[in-house]
Amino acid sequence: MPWDRNQMAARAAKELRDGYYVNLGIGIPTLVANNIPAGMEVTLQSENGMLGIGPFPYDDEVDPDLINAGKQTISELPSSSYFDSAASFAMIRGGHIDLTVLGAMEVSAAGDIANWMIPGKMVKGMGGAMDLVAGVKKIIVVMEHVSKNGDAKFIPECTLPLTGKNVVDMIVTDLCVFQRPDHQSPFRLIELAPGVTEEEVAAKTTARYEGLAAAVAG
Amino acid sequence: MKKIYPDAAAALEGLLSDGITICAGGFGLCGIPERLIDAIRDSGVKDLTFVSNNAGIDNEGLGKLLRTRQIRKMISSYVGENKEFERQYLAGELEVEFCPQGTLAERCRAGGAGIPGFYTKTGVGTIVAEGKEHKDFDGETYILERGIRADLSIVKGWRADEAGNLQFRKTTRNFNLPMATAGRICVAEVEEIVPVGSLDPDCIHLPSIYVKRMILGAPYDKKIEFRTTRQREAA
Repeated sequence: MPWDRNQMAARAAKELRDGYYVNLGIGIPTLVANNIPAGMEVTLQSENGMLGIGPFPYDDEVDPDLINAGKQTISELPSSSYFDSAASFAMIRGGHIDLTVLGAMEVSAAGDIANWMIPGKMVKGMGGAMDLVAGVKKIIVVMEHVSKNGDAKFIPECTLPLTGKNVVDMIVTDLCVFQRPDHQSPFRLIELAPGVTEEEVAAKTTARYEGLAAAVAG
Repeated sequence: MKKIYPDAAAALEGLLSDGITICAGGFGLCGIPERLIDAIRDSGVKDLTFVSNNAGIDNEGLGKLLRTRQIRKMISSYVGENKEFERQYLAGELEVEFCPQGTLAERCRAGGAGIPGFYTKTGVGTIVAEGKEHKDFDGETYILERGIRADLSIVKGWRADEAGNLQFRKTTRNFNLPMATAGRICVAEVEEIVPVGSLDPDCIHLPSIYVKRMILGAPYDKKIEFRTTRQREAA
């Protein structure tokens, strides 16, 4: 059984460490917040100017002045702080954020990521994604293994305009996990979702990567 | 010098003309200078360039000025949630310069601080880097980004004193702070104006030097893009 959205988020959440400051992208990455291990202190950053994102508010506590980067209403914690956008991205670009989890349309074998535009079709903009992949210490991509058309998304070279070049450290899909120890090394398959075979992953991946056996041997 | 004006139109008197560049604060619909946007719409000025993280939604925020075709160019990082924007852009009626969000904030901060350019890793290897100077520092490649100076800044604050010292509330500070510094003149609208001496000088977010004119914009009917809530557990 491939992982569902929440299980993918839970797998990404295993990379969290006590004391981490983390920025989560929109979509599946947001679900990582529901999977922070009990007893672990993780502070979530919102790039519109907040550290310490709390849960969604109760209906009678909704505040239009308090939103996350996805423009959803949120709440604050006793430890929260607010700041402006320039200060927020100084944290991100200055390498002070430990981990970010982002969605992607394509990831290349060399760790390039494309997730902000489809020429002629989708024009939303990159938001803070280019800053995050350039400045955060560890970059995890969480995405479906193949597109809605069944095309591979972990591919030799990205075909869409890039968000960042040679920046991705780990890829979590519904089928498996790829990881690399540094930005010079190739990705290696390190984990399969229950019931998923290496052959299935190979059939749905066009990027070159090292197989599970190499991971065991290594 | 009296900074408080009776309304948005009066506060913008003499500052608007066709073709100017305006820095606007806000993130999504959070902390947007809506009274000033309405007054710009009513003034009829056109061919405007707006530096703003977002472009509002279809009929809120800068979306109002897109609808009236008063904007010629946007410098923004994210413009989703706006059908009219997408239509004008795809039809070639609207010029758009996409700028990464952190680069946009820093370009305005730098411009306002008299820094004409800075190097950043953001965008290296992407279309954002095309045509820009590349330079290596300590083995890493960076690109040169330019500071932004605008003819006018419009921002929304929470509370001001009569001298023009501003405080923002929660996540409304966002782009309001860097944008306020990047314009040759900044006009602010706020929810409350209190006498000088009422605000703790240690708790001022935007010092009065940046705010040349201001209005009391209240009452506000603040819009929410995505209302997300949780249930109370049964007692």
